[in-house]
Amino acid sequence: MELTVDQKKTYAYTGGRPFNPELPTVVFIHGAQCDHSVWGLQSRYFAHHGFSVLAVDLPGHGRSEGPLLPTVERMADWLMQLLDAAGVDDAALVGHSMGSLISLEAASRRPERVARIALIGTAVPMPVSEALLDAAKNDEAKAEAMINVWSHGARGAIGGGTVPGLWLAGAGIRLMERAAPGVLFNDLNACNAYARGPEAAAQVQCPALLLLGSRDQMTSPRGAQKFAGSLKDSSIVTIEGSGHALMAEYPDAVLDALREFIQR
Amino acid sequence: MSKPKPFAFNFDTLSLHAGQQPDPQFGARAAPIYLTTSFVFKDADQAASLFNMERAGHVYSRISNPTNAVLEERIAALEGGAGAIAVASGQAAMHLAVCTLMGAGGHIVASRALYGGSHNLLEYTLPRFGVETTFVDPRDIDAWRAAIRPNTRLLFGETLGNPGLDVLDIPRVAEIAHAAGLPLMVDSTFTTPYLMRPFDLGADLLFHSATKFLGGHGVAIGGLLVDGGTFDWEKSGKFPTLTEPYAGFHGMDFAEESTVAAFLLRARREGLRDFGACMSPMTAFQLLQGMETLPLRMQRHIDNTRRIVAHLAAHPAVESVSYPELESHPDHALAKQLLPKGCGSVFSFVLKGGTSGGKLAGRKFIETLRVFSHLANVGDAKSLVIHPASTTHFRMSDEALRAAGIHEGTVRLSIGLEDANDLIEDLNSGLRAAQKA
Repeated sequence: MELTVDQKKTYAYTGGRPFNPELPTVVFIHGAQCDHSVWGLQSRYFAHHGFSVLAVDLPGHGRSEGPLLPTVERMADWLMQLLDAAGVDDAALVGHSMGSLISLEAASRRPERVARIALIGTAVPMPVSEALLDAAKNDEAKAEAMINVWSHGARGAIGGGTVPGLWLAGAGIRLMERAAPGVLFNDLNACNAYARGPEAAAQVQCPALLLLGSRDQMTSPRGAQKFAGSLKDSSIVTIEGSGHALMAEYPDAVLDALREFIQR
Repeated sequence: MSKPKPFAFNFDTLSLHAGQQPDPQFGARAAPIYLTTSFVFKDADQAASLFNMERAGHVYSRISNPTNAVLEERIAALEGGAGAIAVASGQAAMHLAVCTLMGAGGHIVASRALYGGSHNLLEYTLPRFGVETTFVDPRDIDAWRAAIRPNTRLLFGETLGNPGLDVLDIPRVAEIAHAAGLPLMVDSTFTTPYLMRPFDLGADLLFHSATKFLGGHGVAIGGLLVDGGTFDWEKSGKFPTLTEPYAGFHGMDFAEESTVAAFLLRARREGLRDFGACMSPMTAFQLLQGMETLPLRMQRHIDNTRRIVAHLAAHPAVESVSYPELESHPDHALAKQLLPKGCGSVFSFVLKGGTSGGKLAGRKFIETLRVFSHLANVGDAKSLVIHPASTTHFRMSDEALRAAGIHEGTVRLSIGLEDANDLIEDLNSGLRAAQKA
C-alpha cells in the first residue's frame, strides 16, 4: 500500500491482505540496496496468520520516493513516522543487515513503540571494508558483484534452494542492479558510520532475537554473538550453512524462528 | 571494460553443480529423480501456506518438481538469469512466454528467420487467439523499430536464425525494444549459453529447445524458459498480467510480490497450472546428464564444425558454404563481436549441380553417407544431415525455395562429436557420389 511519510510517497507491502492497524503489526525492514521483496517468504505468512504486515521500501529504495536518508538514526526516526502514517502504536520490528541497525536504533529511541526486535544477518558495529566502500562510490557494478558473492552460502552460490526454479545468485544481483545510482554507497556508508550500537543496546527494553547465518561473510556471526550480551533480553538462532542472504537461502528456517519469537 | 563477475563459480563448475545440493537424506550425489505426481504436506498449516505462496515448496509436479527445479536453476545459472521454468518442449516454452505476457489484442515483432515450428505458432496459430505477429528481416534494424505498434508486447528472434544463420544483433534490437518499453526474447537453442549469453547483451527473456545441444543425446524432448530478471514490468506499464491483481491467484500483483521474478511467478502459477505443458522429472534428469558436459561437448562441436566448414569451403564439388565465421557470410563482422567462441554446429552448404540437377545430387549425397544420420533434428551428439529440397521443403516450387534461401542443392548439416576425420571422409564419399549424379 502507499503511505505518505514526511510528505513523500512511501510504499509498504502488506503481505497480500489489506492493512489493519487494529491487529498486532510486524514491520519488515530490508538491507542495503534492497527492497520489500526480500521478505516475500516471511511477510506473507504473518499477514495470513493474525498479524498486519508492513514490509517497507525505505526512502529512495524500491517504490518509495527519495531522498535517501544518510544515517541509521535518520532511518529509525523515519520508521516511527511510518508507524504514525499507518496508525500503528507499536510493532515488532524485523530487520535484515542495515535494517537490523535501524530496528535496534528505533527500539532504543522509542522503546514504548517497539514490542520486539529481530535482527537478521546482523553485526554491531557493522564496519564496511574500505575496498567495498570505494567500489560502492566509484564502481557500483563491482561493489554489487562483491556483495553478491559474499552474501551467499552454498545454497545461494550453487543452488538447490527452496523456491522452485529461482537461481538465488542471479535474482540477488538483479535486485541490486534495480536500485538507483548512489543508493548502495549511501546505505553502506550509513552502516559503516553507525556508532551508537552499545549505547542503543543499553536502552532497548524489549526482547531481541539475533538470527545469524553460520557462513555469513558480510556480517560475521562472531561479532553478533558478542553483541548479544549487551542486550537485556536476547536469544540467538544460528542457521547452519546460511550466508548473509538468510531469508532467500533458508526461508522456512527464518520464518519458523520469527514465528517462534514473535508469537511467543 | 568487462563487467565484474557476480557469481562465486565459473561456467564449467556451474554446468555440473548449479541447482543441486547433495541429497540430505541418503547423500546421493547425482540429482535424484523425483518421479512422483505429488508431495505430502507436513501439516494443514504448511499445506495452506504452500497454496497461498506464504511458503515455497512443491505441491504437484505439473507446477514444480525437485528434479525439474535442479534443471531450472542450472540453466538459469549458466545463462546468468534470475530463474527458469522447465516445460514439455521448446515450443511449449515459447507459448508459455507469449501467453504470460499478452492476451488477445497483443502483437509481436519477430525475425522472419525462424525455426518452422516457431513460425507456424506465430503466423498461423496465435492469430486465431487474437495475437498477431509482424515479421521483419532481422538484419534490417530500422524494420524492427518501424514494426512496433501501440499494442506490441514483445520483440523476438533467434540468436542464430534459420536457415541462413543470421546473427541477431541483440544489443541493437534490445535497445529498440527497451526504448519502446518492451522486452526482447530470443531463442538460444543454436548457441547455448556456452557460445553466447543473451542477457549479457541486453535480452530480457530466452528459451531453449533443450532437446538439442543442452541434452545432446537426442533421447528427451524438453524446453526451458529463462527470465533474465532485468525487465522492469512496472516501469513499462504495458503488462497488466504482471502488474495488476490477478483474480485467478488470490488477487496477487506479481510485480509487487517479486521485484525481479514477477514473470516467472505468473508463468508458473498461471501458465503451468492452466496450460499444463509440464516436463516429466525423468526428462529433467536426462537433460541434466547432458548439461553436465555442455562446455566439453560444445567445444568439440565447434572444433569439428570449423574443420568441416573449412574442408567444404575448399571442396570443388561445393558451390558455397553458409557459416558466419566465413568472410563471405553477411554477418561475419557481427559474429566476431557476439559469437567469438563459435557460431554453432548447424549450417548449410550448396552442392554443385551434378549432371542431372541439384535435387538428385542432394539425394545421392545423403544416401551415400554412412556416419551422418538422415533425420529432422539438430544438435545431437551424432552428426545429422537433411536435404531440404527433397524432405522438409519438397512441396515448394523452385521459385519458392529460392525465396526461402534454399537451393535445390542445399544440404543442412548438424555436426556431432565423432572423429572429424571420419566425418570428412564420409562427406567426401557423398560429394563424389553427388558429382556423378
